[in-house]
Amino acid sequence: MYRTPMSRVLGMGSAKDGVGHWWSQRLSAVAMIPLVILAILPLGGAIGSDHAAVLATYANPWNAIVLILLLVVTFRHLQMGLQVVIEDYVHDKAWRTGLLMANMGFCAVMGLAGVFGVAKIALGA
Amino acid sequence: MADVNRAARPLSPHLSVYKPEWTMVLSISHRITGVALALGATLVAWWLLAAATSPEYFAVVDGLMTSWIGNLVLLGSTFALWYHFGNGVRHLAWDAGYGLELPEAEKSGKLVVVAAVVLTALTVALV
Repeated sequence: MYRTPMSRVLGMGSAKDGVGHWWSQRLSAVAMIPLVILAILPLGGAIGSDHAAVLATYANPWNAIVLILLLVVTFRHLQMGLQVVIEDYVHDKAWRTGLLMANMGFCAVMGLAGVFGVAKIALGA
Repeated sequence: MADVNRAARPLSPHLSVYKPEWTMVLSISHRITGVALALGATLVAWWLLAAATSPEYFAVVDGLMTSWIGNLVLLGSTFALWYHFGNGVRHLAWDAGYGLELPEAEKSGKLVVVAAVVLTALTVALV
């Protein structure tokens, strides 16, 4: 098999990728352990409460920071997880590429929407 | 194929002829709860955006989340969260090389299911 000097240096073989995705998935999983534990009670308490109570919960900087971190890590973890599911089950190249792009866009938009919402509440708008 | 030892080697489990095992149900459940949590996470993000937008928009999303179907989705998401959380920790332990023997893996699987039920009940009771 012919290999360019660059491909030999990178050492990735036919997978074209290293352990970066796998490691990021684990890293985000570990990060979510404390974040979920810290965020679940304020979030669970706020869901189902009236509007003023929700605003009061996330006017608290600590609650806001924890939830923003959780949203960022969750939507990144979700994007990576759904990517693997799509790669496993969708074999048609056009469909797979399109769904992988849609997945990235959807997770970025929803994650940002959540972060923007919390930030706006926390900053008192 | 020239591979004469084909039948002698262990083959990957072909699901249609493979006896269902607890551990494989738990394994696919990790993926199913992960995909299902996309709905829960999206709902929470939408609700946060609505809360930051206006009282009227908040009322719309809050109405959806506190409806019976919303409550059902939230309860399901809570269980999915704690199952995926516990089984995720189980996966991290495997990645670190712990608990890979079959009896241990079966025991930790049962523990994850019990923990998910208990944590779901606790979450519902506390919030």
